[in-house]
Amino acid sequence: MYESPSWLHELWVARDTLWAGFLTSVQCSLLAILLGTLIGLFAGLVLTYGRTWMRAPFRFYVDLIRGTPVFVLVLACFYMAPALGWQISAFQAGVLGLTLFCGSHVAEIVRGALQALPRGQMEASQAIGLTFFQALGYVLLPQALRQILPTWVNSSTEIVKASTLLSVIGVAELLLSTQQIIARTFMTLEFYLFAGFLFFIINYAIELLGRHIEKRVALP
Amino acid sequence: MSDVSNLSNAQPLLDIRGLRKQYGPLEVLKGVDLSMQRGNVVTLIGSSGSGKTTLLRCVNMLEEFQGGQIVLDGESIGYEEVGGKRVRHPEKVIARHRAMTGMAFQQFNLFPHLTALQNVTLGLLKVKKLHKDEAVALAEKWLERVGLLERRDHFPGQLSGGQQQRVAIARAIAMNPSLMLFDEVTSALDPELVGEVLNVIKGLAEDGMTMLLVTHEMRFAFEVSDKIVFMNQGRIEEQGPPKELFERPQSPRLAEFLKNTRF
Repeated sequence: MYESPSWLHELWVARDTLWAGFLTSVQCSLLAILLGTLIGLFAGLVLTYGRTWMRAPFRFYVDLIRGTPVFVLVLACFYMAPALGWQISAFQAGVLGLTLFCGSHVAEIVRGALQALPRGQMEASQAIGLTFFQALGYVLLPQALRQILPTWVNSSTEIVKASTLLSVIGVAELLLSTQQIIARTFMTLEFYLFAGFLFFIINYAIELLGRHIEKRVALP
Repeated sequence: MSDVSNLSNAQPLLDIRGLRKQYGPLEVLKGVDLSMQRGNVVTLIGSSGSGKTTLLRCVNMLEEFQGGQIVLDGESIGYEEVGGKRVRHPEKVIARHRAMTGMAFQQFNLFPHLTALQNVTLGLLKVKKLHKDEAVALAEKWLERVGLLERRDHFPGQLSGGQQQRVAIARAIAMNPSLMLFDEVTSALDPELVGEVLNVIKGLAEDGMTMLLVTHEMRFAFEVSDKIVFMNQGRIEEQGPPKELFERPQSPRLAEFLKNTRF
């Protein structure tokens, strides 16, 4: 009599596919978080301290991206880049979309944190003769970044979740890999649950890291 | 206090001429002239909105001003005349000029993410470019002077208001400024903490530090100042030695102000 293979057996068979998907998810998320944070930091600084003509393009970027669903953004990057004569892979297009999304959110977080600092901090820095950029680097940003941390962790987990949208443009990240395995094994519930668990692991790691940093830089 | 000033009465340390400052249509300084010799302690008094704090903040360019000139130690602060036009100094020059003055604020404005010691050494390391050992030694010397050496590794959040203000004074004075500005440094303090801060300032005055103060502590102003300047609606209404000014005010507004002030 035929006995259907157990889930554990199928999991073992699919381990390479799943592992590759997991790594791709981690890779595109981390890349987007890293690049997006850099863009966001810069944009946030310009939005806070830049002159009107400098702020305008960044304001446009932030408002446009924040007003667009990430899904649309990813599709736009995937289809528009080649249309504009820019040959990029699905992976690159996906990372680009997530990065733009992440950057616009971080920009607003950074702006909010900097503007919430008491004006006296800049004045006291200038009063001892620090230049604007010294004041920024030694006094304002160290305080603002502490404020940003919890919100930034939240944005980062949003990016990890949004990375599943890359499955639609054919990036074999964790969700698409899982769907391929399901198409072969028909173990829908089991593998989706397992994928959910793996996403949870990624985000939980980010949260733990955030909490760890928060504790280390906390002020008495 | 004043024996140092006699040595160098040729050129005043601070010379303010025709200072004008506007916020939009509102004119807060309407042509102020004030000069200070080295070693002088000058106190600005007047009701709120009279322009005392604004005047103080113009001296280190925390406020821009639209007219007149401030000369500190021979250098024109903030702006210079180039071909008949008034041009703002580049940021670097303004930063250098700001380091010539030290400022203590009403709200202390210590850097909350740095320890007391680090608050004092930051300027020494990044502006004065001192070596770390020198900066720490100097900072420790001034923290000891304000009586807080044992709190050197405390963060501002762990210090009382009076202690924070004393660290803030140490931070400013460690930079060896030629002029110290004190902007209502005791106004945000609980009454029982005012004395410790005033004592520090008094000690500095006795050492011959040139100081320009804004305060509501009239008794303190009386004791510590060489000259009191009474400001009213953006102008200097009356000035003179404390005794003369407090006992025989010429202007009716000053008389009125003193009558309503607690000593």
